[in-house]
Amino acid sequence: MMQRREYPMTGDVLYSGTAACGLRVRVLPKKGFTGSYAVFATDYGGTYRRFVLDGQEMDTPAGVAHYLEHKMFDLPDGENALTILSSRGADVNAFTSTDITAYHFQCTEGFEENLRTLLHFVSTPYFTEETVEKERGIIEQEIHMGEDSPGNANYYSLLGLLYQKHPIREKVIGSVESISRITAETLYQCHRAFYRPSNMVLAVAGDVDPEDVLRIVDEELAPADPERPQVLMESDEDLVPAETRSVLQMPVSQPLFLIGAKILPEKEGPALCRQDLVASLAAVMLAGQSSPLYHRLYEQGLLNRRFDCGADRSRGVAYEIFGGESRDPEAVFQALCEEIRRVSEHGFDPALFERMKRVAIGGNLRVMEDFEDVCVSLASAEFDGYCYLDMPAISMELTLAECEDFVRTWLQPERLVMSIVQPPEASQA
Amino acid sequence: METKRVQLRPGVWLTYVMEEKFKTACFSVSLLSQLCRDTASMNALIPYVLKRGTNQSPDLQAIQERFDNLYGTSVDPLVFKSGEIQSSGFYASFPEDDFLPEGSDVLRGALSLTMELLLSPATRGGLLLPAYVESERENLADQIAARVNNKRTYAVFRCMEEMCRFEDYAIGRYGDEESCRSIGYRKLSRHYKELLQHAPVEMFYCGRAPFRKITEILSDLTATLPRGELDDEIGTDIRMNSVEEEPRITEEHMDVAQTNLVIGWRLGECMEEPDIPALYVFNAVFGGSPNSRLFLHVREKLHLCYYASSVLDQVKGLLLVSAGIQRENYELARDEIFSQLRLIAEGQISDVELGAAIAAIVSDMRSVPDSQASLQSFCTAQVLRGLEFGPEELAELAQEVTAERVARIAQSVVCDQIYLLSPEEGDEEEEIQEEEAEETT
Repeated sequence: MMQRREYPMTGDVLYSGTAACGLRVRVLPKKGFTGSYAVFATDYGGTYRRFVLDGQEMDTPAGVAHYLEHKMFDLPDGENALTILSSRGADVNAFTSTDITAYHFQCTEGFEENLRTLLHFVSTPYFTEETVEKERGIIEQEIHMGEDSPGNANYYSLLGLLYQKHPIREKVIGSVESISRITAETLYQCHRAFYRPSNMVLAVAGDVDPEDVLRIVDEELAPADPERPQVLMESDEDLVPAETRSVLQMPVSQPLFLIGAKILPEKEGPALCRQDLVASLAAVMLAGQSSPLYHRLYEQGLLNRRFDCGADRSRGVAYEIFGGESRDPEAVFQALCEEIRRVSEHGFDPALFERMKRVAIGGNLRVMEDFEDVCVSLASAEFDGYCYLDMPAISMELTLAECEDFVRTWLQPERLVMSIVQPPEASQA
Repeated sequence: METKRVQLRPGVWLTYVMEEKFKTACFSVSLLSQLCRDTASMNALIPYVLKRGTNQSPDLQAIQERFDNLYGTSVDPLVFKSGEIQSSGFYASFPEDDFLPEGSDVLRGALSLTMELLLSPATRGGLLLPAYVESERENLADQIAARVNNKRTYAVFRCMEEMCRFEDYAIGRYGDEESCRSIGYRKLSRHYKELLQHAPVEMFYCGRAPFRKITEILSDLTATLPRGELDDEIGTDIRMNSVEEEPRITEEHMDVAQTNLVIGWRLGECMEEPDIPALYVFNAVFGGSPNSRLFLHVREKLHLCYYASSVLDQVKGLLLVSAGIQRENYELARDEIFSQLRLIAEGQISDVELGAAIAAIVSDMRSVPDSQASLQSFCTAQVLRGLEFGPEELAELAQEVTAERVARIAQSVVCDQIYLLSPEEGDEEEEIQEEEAEETT
């Protein structure tokens, strides 16, 4: 049986249940929509490199979660799930992040058949040395594509400044060297450890019957080991960074910068959700589009519209992030530090806080429009121990004082680091 | 879904879509003009300057406070080109009043603010403020220059630019950096006034409000829009054949790890009377889906790349293929791409792949009404092309496309340009280019 719960703030209803195999199932019925969307996700990402399997400690190469995601589409008998699903018109894809791997499709017809295929292929590991080998060339090209992305390069160099030990330092996709050590055996082990239904979530949105979804899962997936895998991750406790600057040179039109600060994340549950919301709101009030600092820097020509700020998090790590492009990133950094000092002493403008609450009311409605985002967020919030649809209500409970406390606790200027990607000429000047 | 189209004032059109399933509504307003080098960056710059402040709310802070108070309404500059028509205006997204505290009227507030931005800018002596023009001019020029940051889209742009170098289509939607940097506030103010007078205006609304309410509000808000003689002779010049008999080859080098290969074709004679459903299906068969020839052969069989895909510009009549490869695999990738196209032209299309391509197009079209942004861009594109059918009709028509009709498109295309963005490698460039030119003949 699925449990029904209403969320009056956004007018949504969510059905939740656990299938016999241990898979958590979440369904968001959406009347009037033609397309249905499903994501089958596992609590496993690029940073989960060390874990315990059958009592033995495993240490896998960087890039293995992503490599596994590529190879999951292969089925025995030379069949391929991507081909099967897309030949029915379904728009199917997958992604691997630092702490989640998700397989998803969107379709306008044949939802039930497509859902069965999704559940089946993600639960059917089939790898041979030959098929694993043939993927290497494709992934190498994906690695090179990432190397040419200044945003990507900058992001990893920021993480490198923030974290000395945590595996978030390393690219989810791995390197040409690290993926050369991945074999069919590695993939089987990782699949066995992390792709058990009890470690996964199925989230569905669309004009579908929630009980049907649960029934299909029960028919497709056999009961499995209810235990969750034990992940081993080095943690970084030191909040003051060893290095505060990194500069890379790449063919870009003007310097791109990312400013970050480490936050120690709450363990899990609604407290973690609340911390994320406070972290984002504090960033937005410090430097977002409505902040006095942004207006000032914009008018001085130090920032443009391509500026964003907020908070990001992965298992065991969280950080505040401010990023954009500027002819003078150091000036932006100094101005941000000054604003942090000012807010630490005098607090935020209460009128700004009230406006941001109104913005949050509209924002909560807006995020619910994107099925893909909602389903992925439903899954990842489950892995963090809370229900994503509780987020709007929690966002309304935030207080001005906790945002100010957040700034004083986590954003002291000596904790801030900055990573810059700049055109080669800029360094010679 | 109820759709209506009405002319509110001379040359001011509204496409109205009634849809109750969303929690937010959207509204866009676009000023249309012929894409040309002299005016492209001015047209593009206008909404950015206008967004800096209005008569009533003359600076960023004042404007932003109004967006915030409208529950996070966003109004963003929307600049695009469709063939050789340039469109410049705003796209607004705002929460439906039904979800907000009783008595809210965000609908009226958001539409009014969007039109206020368009029609009542902050001015001094009747001219746009020099400080705003200068600052947004530099921002826009920087944004044009930042095209180089994304190597894949940059390579596609450069291929198209080389391919259409004798046509206005080569101009990017924001114009070029150099002409952008030379825009002064007097010139821009004059141009803004002319644009308001002469440009056909396309508006789009999708949400829960009844048709009458929207037309009343918008008739009111457009009452002050000056209307002169309309520029309604705007359109796209379609070139059917390649510029030279053999495809031109351009290779550029940069400090990159991967080579981006882009190949451009003219769609050719089939553009005389375009078989629109077949064009969609052709692209899905060739390189527009995971069941396509390019994905299955260039990526899955030969493992040459992570991505190899095709896009069509049906308005201008272009086909572009892009792939990220190692430089030493260039000939192999190129030959495979051409060979797959030739097989399609020969009619070697299996029922399975045709069925998959049709299913992909049907699904794409049927999901258009699930997203307001997709609806807005689909409806606007149809209007600009003078086409009347909606996504559902296109889905129906796609199901009747045969292998023969797909083959006909492949037979019609003419390769015009090959472009490579590749890693720096010293002095060998010229030699390589000569060698390649020979090989493709």
